[in-house]
Formats: sequence, C-alpha cells, structure tokens
Amino acid sequence: MRLEAVVLAQDLTKHFRVALKEESLLGTLRHFLFRQYRLVRAVEGVSFAIRRGEVVGFLGPNGAGKTTTLKMLTGLLHPTRGEALVAGHVPWRRERAFLRKITLVMGNKQQLIWDLPAMDTLRLNAAIYEVPEGEFRKRVGELAEMLGLEGRLHQPVRKLSLGERMKAELLAALLHRPEVLFLDEPTLGLDVNAQVAVREFVRAYNARYGATILLTSHYMADIAALCERVLVIHHGRLLYDGALEGLLARFAPYREVRLVLAKPLSREALKAFGEVREAEGREARLLVPREGLTERVALILKGLPVEDLEVKEPPLEEVIARVFQSPKEVEG
Amino acid sequence: MRKAWALLGVYLAYMLEYRAELFLWALAGALPLILLGVWTEAARHGDFPLGPGEFARYFLMVFLVRQATVVWVVWEFERDVVEGRLSFRLLRPLDPFFDHLAAHVAERLARLPFVVLLTLLFFLLFPEARFQPEPLSFLLGLLLTALAFLLRYLMQYAVALLTFFSERATAVEEVFFLLYLFLSGTIAPLEVFPEPLRTLALLTPFPYLVYLPAALLAGQEVRLFPGLWVMLLWGVFFFLLWRLLWRLGLKHYAGHGA
Repeated sequence: MRLEAVVLAQDLTKHFRVALKEESLLGTLRHFLFRQYRLVRAVEGVSFAIRRGEVVGFLGPNGAGKTTTLKMLTGLLHPTRGEALVAGHVPWRRERAFLRKITLVMGNKQQLIWDLPAMDTLRLNAAIYEVPEGEFRKRVGELAEMLGLEGRLHQPVRKLSLGERMKAELLAALLHRPEVLFLDEPTLGLDVNAQVAVREFVRAYNARYGATILLTSHYMADIAALCERVLVIHHGRLLYDGALEGLLARFAPYREVRLVLAKPLSREALKAFGEVREAEGREARLLVPREGLTERVALILKGLPVEDLEVKEPPLEEVIARVFQSPKEVEG
Repeated sequence: MRKAWALLGVYLAYMLEYRAELFLWALAGALPLILLGVWTEAARHGDFPLGPGEFARYFLMVFLVRQATVVWVVWEFERDVVEGRLSFRLLRPLDPFFDHLAAHVAERLARLPFVVLLTLLFFLLFPEARFQPEPLSFLLGLLLTALAFLLRYLMQYAVALLTFFSERATAVEEVFFLLYLFLSGTIAPLEVFPEPLRTLALLTPFPYLVYLPAALLAGQEVRLFPGLWVMLLWGVFFFLLWRLLWRLGLKHYAGHGA
C-alpha cells in the first residue's frame, strides 16, 4: 500500500536580494547613495515528497538552504518559484487550518515568554489553538511526562536549564498536536544527556501520534538515531534523497578498519594497507575501499602484527564532510 | 472570547513583572502636567479663550487620555522582524495585530493604579483642576478615548508594517510623533490655535487622538461633527492600509534572524 504524501515540494526555489557593502568610509558612502545588490540563490529547484509518519533528516552545511526550505514549507516565506503542499495546504496562504496542523521548532529561537512560567505560554497557546480545558490538562500531563518536565512548568522560563527550556519549547510547539513537525536544530547547544532525551522524545512522539517529521541537525547522532531517510542539500540544490545506508554506500565507497597492533607502527608502515586516518600508539584507523575489502583485510592480517581488527562504517560526520567538500564530484 | 481572556490574563501577568518600569513609564507621560503649570500661569496674566481652571482641567484630561492611548507596537514589531521573532507569531493561527493589541490593553490595566495615584497627587497640587464632570459628556469622552486608542494603535500598526520593507519603521513613527505632538492638542488646546491652522489640524487624524476626548472629559463645549466623521474616515483609511501592507509585507518577509 502506498502511503499518502504529507509534504510535497516541487521545484521549490527561493532567491534573495542582498545589499552589498564595501568596507571603509567611501564604501559606506557608496552604500548610502548607490546601493548595489547581489542575488543569493538560497534554494534552487528542490523537489521531494514525504509520506505520513516518516521521519526524514535534512542535512546540509550552514547556508545550504535547509532553514529557507523549512520556512517555505511552514508558510513563513513565499517562494520565488515552485509549488508546495503540506497536509493538503499551500503553506504560504497561511490558512488557519494549515497552521493548526504544523509546528516549527527552532533550536536557536524561543517562543516561551522569558519572565513567566512556561505554563503561561502553554495556556496562551491552548487558547489560540482552541484546545479545550480538559484536553489541555491531559496533553500537558502526557507531554510533560514524556519529556520529564513535571514540576518545572510553574518555574519562570529564565530559571530553567537550557535542556529544560528546549523541552518546554517542544511542549509548547506540540500542544496543539500537529500532524507535521519541522524541527530545525532542536538539540543545538544541548549537552549529551539532553540531546539523548530530546531525541528519545521525538522518536516516542512519532511512534505514539504518527506525526510526520522533517528534522535538521548538525549532530549526526540525531539523524542516525531517528531517520531512515535523509535529504542532502548543498548550495541550495538537493544532492541526495534516500536511505541513510544508501548515502553511505554512495558517498563513502570505503569502510573503516580499526586495528590494535602488537607494537606501534608509523603511518609510513601502514600506508600500503589503506588511507591512514589515525595512528596513535598501537591503535590505527584505516579507510579501505569497499570493493575488494576481504582481500585487503586478509592482506592486513598477513602483513601486520594484528591483535584485534574491526571493520566498521566510517563515521557519518566524515562522510557528510566529504560530500560537502566536493559537491561537483558527487553531483555528477 | 476565551482567546481574548487568555491573552489578557497572560499579558497582564507579564506586565506586572515590570511594576517599577510601569510606574516610570506612567511618570514619563507627565508632560501635560508640566504644560498645565505653564498654561495656567499664562492664563492668569494674558487673554486666552480658556481660563486657568479650564486649562488645568484640560491638561489633566490630556494626561489621562495619553495614559490610556499610549502605543508602542512599532518598536515591538520592528524588533520582532529584525530579530526574526515574528516567525513565531506567524506560525500561530492568530493575527499578530490582536496579539499586540491584547498586550497593550493588559498594560493599560496594569498601569491604572499608578495613573490614579498620579492623578490624586495632581489634584493635591492643583486644587483648581478639581471639578464635577457632566455625566453624559464624560461618558462620551471615555468612549472617544477608547476609539482614540484604537485609531492610534491602527495608525502605528500600519507604520510598523513598513518594517517589512525598510526594517526601520520607527524613523517614520518619529516624524508622525512630531505631527502628533503639535496637532493632537498635547502642547496646547486647539482653541488657542490660529483659525487656519485649527481648520487644517481638524482634517488630520491627530486632534481626535487627544484633543477631542480630553476636551469632552474636561467638560468643554466641543462640536462633535463633522470631527467624528473625519475620525471614522481616518480609521477606515488606516484599516485598509493595514490590510494592504500586511498582504504585501508577508510576500516580502525574509524571516532573517530566525
């Protein structure tokens, strides 16, 4: 059975005009009198479809066009060109029914009122989204329990820790029980424990309510833990749309061999067996092409004093960094 | 209705967090009380259309009308756009116009005790300003004060929307404020304006923001028409401008900083 597409983007494009300014007093004067502009192609012809209940990772370096795409899909920006349909609505028409079905969480911004307890913002949101009182209490109880926030909602927001604040942000953003969640760096700046807690919550929310989630994150652990499918965007263009494993196979045609040796060896001595990523004391990390991996491992075992050997996928961060370093290569 | 109460409740709680600031803001609006001293003194020695007691009553009412109609939405809106916070407001199924409006109304309620306190102090200092208001014109004055607040809010909100295009709409508001200061009757009641200037002023929206409600509250004899029609026309104009700039502005919004 083909599942229904909840988020559809077709040739989505956004260009901005940005004013240019040179340094120095002369540059400032010129900027004041004859302002010049440059066209920034933030998003260029992006197309994809996300099915109901999917959790999709949206990857790209800073300035790749992730947030601009999210802003178009949430109706904050009008596109320069292209179409989009989210939960059956054209986002930038900003119909009330549409706004009730979506949410956007931005890790670097907050909607909670700083000087008041989070409960006040929650009450405000409940009224704005017309959540009945009984339902409000039920949802707050449920979400606060999932997020481990019980007892914290009556404290002023400014007194909460960064992790608690992010959790409270999530609670406020999900109170109206949206069908589609756009999460832009929800774990930004959080410590490892808080990151794991937020990640677990997103997973549980998706499982419990069947929400569709598009998630951007700089932490590959978030993507690896939550998303089976990823979209990779770079310079405003979509480079990849598919399974996370497929991304590794396509952009990382090698595997990582971790070695523990009987004695320390120099990089020179290891070079013949693969690309040396690390060689410290008796431990070493080599990158070896997927093709002919078995033969290469046999060669290592024969030629080096190996005490322990492990073959792994290379770290996702490294793969992604390679993708972004050589876009032309992978585009072709 | 539940929405309105919730908005008022939360914004009232928010405003009460800033009690000391509220007192200072109320005090900052004391310009009419200073002008009162100047004008009553002048009226004692010169030939003016109003006597010292009438000037005192008028400026007291100007003080109260201004306290009830103070608007700052342009600064809030500009900050929202520049810092990208507008995005959060746009994601909610509630026009930010009403969100800010609720904050203004809540602030009015929170400011009320300070205004009452300042008024009592004022009566103590200027006993000639004490008077028995005529109920009908006083009630009409209160109604007009509410309308003046709505018009002032609408005007400043329309100016605020220019932030979508220039990011410094407050500069436009400063120019507006200058006109407001002179033409609204804040500096001097319209009775003392030379005739051509008074006629011209009455065609602008400004006298309806202060002079008309204040004069009514002070029990002065004022002609309501055609002034009220002019006020209504300006209301319709700024309403249409709000809707137009909102539609165009959203297409222009770049959501920077968020």
